[in-house]
Amino acid sequence: MPTNIDKRRIVRIEATIAETPTVKTLVFKDRLSYSAKPGQFLMIWIPRIEEIPMSVMINSDEGYAAVTIRKFGIGSTALFERKKNDLIGLRGPYGNRFTLRKNYRKILIIGGGTGLVPLLRLASLASKSNVKSTIVMGARTKTEVFFEKITRRIIQGANSTLLVCTDDGSYGIKGTTVSTMGKLVRNDFFDCVYTCGPELMMKGVVDLSNKNSIPVQASLERYMKCGIGICGSCCLDSSLVCQDGTVFDGSQLSKMLDFGISYRDKDGQKINYA
Amino acid sequence: MVINDKNYNLSVELDKIHLRNPTMLASGILGISQSIFERLYNENIGAIVTKSISVNPMKGYPNPTIIPLGRGSYLNAVGLSNPGVHAFSKELCQNKNIPIIISLVGSSEKEFSEMVRVFDSLNILGYEINLSCPHVSKMGMEVGDDPEAVNKIVRTVRMNTNKPISVKVGVGSVDVVELARIAIDAGANIITAINTLRAMSIDVETMMPILSNRIGGLSGSAIKPIGIRCVYEISKKLQVPVIGCGGVSSWPDVIEYMVAGASAVQIGSVIGTSGPRIFKQITKDLRKYVEKKGLRNISEIIGIAHKY
Repeated sequence: MPTNIDKRRIVRIEATIAETPTVKTLVFKDRLSYSAKPGQFLMIWIPRIEEIPMSVMINSDEGYAAVTIRKFGIGSTALFERKKNDLIGLRGPYGNRFTLRKNYRKILIIGGGTGLVPLLRLASLASKSNVKSTIVMGARTKTEVFFEKITRRIIQGANSTLLVCTDDGSYGIKGTTVSTMGKLVRNDFFDCVYTCGPELMMKGVVDLSNKNSIPVQASLERYMKCGIGICGSCCLDSSLVCQDGTVFDGSQLSKMLDFGISYRDKDGQKINYA
Repeated sequence: MVINDKNYNLSVELDKIHLRNPTMLASGILGISQSIFERLYNENIGAIVTKSISVNPMKGYPNPTIIPLGRGSYLNAVGLSNPGVHAFSKELCQNKNIPIIISLVGSSEKEFSEMVRVFDSLNILGYEINLSCPHVSKMGMEVGDDPEAVNKIVRTVRMNTNKPISVKVGVGSVDVVELARIAIDAGANIITAINTLRAMSIDVETMMPILSNRIGGLSGSAIKPIGIRCVYEISKKLQVPVIGCGGVSSWPDVIEYMVAGASAVQIGSVIGTSGPRIFKQITKDLRKYVEKKGLRNISEIIGIAHKY
């Protein structure tokens, strides 16, 4: 009988990792999440508080997975505050995935903040498939840089590169991920660009890729109620991020009027990115 | 032989409304964006009923708001989240040819008349009044369970529009046929039956109710026999156009509702498993059925079960 991903599983948080003062990773055992594809997400139930979509974070232990939360709204703050042995509910993984074509030899990965979560799963897949990755990791400042160690471990021995950049230059390269990407694509060839992070950053990455005729894929985020294509909360033009995404390619994104411009609030009103 | 709409006509009439086929989007599903409405129209949908719109924007309840229960059934307490009358009329103001019915929800006659005055100049087919949402206080079912309030609200909407009005009834404390009769007497043209049914789901590990609102509405396959019964009774006793709703997931469900007396059907929960393409699939299958049965038009089967 096929496994029903809609069926809610209750899991125990087995470890927590403080990434920064406002970012935390929660590790749990769940076979379906362990096998999630890069770009897929879980609906995480914080009992009696919220249910929120979270990209599936990679974990090195067989059968384990994780989520990485930035403390922000009611749901993410409540999840951030969960401790070892607390129970959370999961359904999913839902959504499509980043595609790594067989003929790809060299890829560029651009991530900002917790947007690195699906990209690390992709980088791990790339390493296993002997695809060389260049990973650009961006943060505003040094104290907001995280995942550096795990990224180095994932790309170890794969002849891949990690570049960390900060907006204020307090660590690594001074500049944004998009300006760093600009320098890279001028001097080097990539089969595909993969990105996830703040939408305005992704917009910059997608525009730059399209301009340079490099295939690009981006994993998008929207407010969701159901995660399964019923509520319509996550609509982006005529697409649903939960079902048609989270990953969209450069040609799809360049036709979207909402991408990098607006999102919908909990009541469905369009809000412009400032 | 080529199968197309001309040879195997799926078109139906609902009061003054002409639909190219009897499939409609049920209110509450995917219903806030004109771009999504256009996509559904390209999937060959007959008409779209929007999310229920209120005067002011509503954020709805915190998640979890929608729970897939398995076997094609869902539990939800979204809490009528919607952008409100003004943002929504802006959303629809460019609409030209998409057949849209606006679902309205509110607590007082004044709210309904205010909304109809804003929406009435838009390119829309008509209205569906939601008197049966089972999980929001002072709205939906709480209004539907008060016959006098139903009478007043429907009369108010009638006074403010010449467009067709459907009233969506559910299974509450007032008999569904009686409620439909009150709505029709007050000026409604069509009855939509049924809404979700009050229901609950509790997680056995944490022993906690899953929905943030604790109680919600059950939809999907589990409620279909109840919907069929309501459509059968309403259409048999009142001889008014009825839109069947509840658990339609494939063509035999559409046919079952139609022979029970529905002139059209609304489809919602199944989109959670099959996506928007379900409309193309169902209309294709309905065409095959019409051909097999040698019908000139699908509307020939409406209410046939009343004979037996």
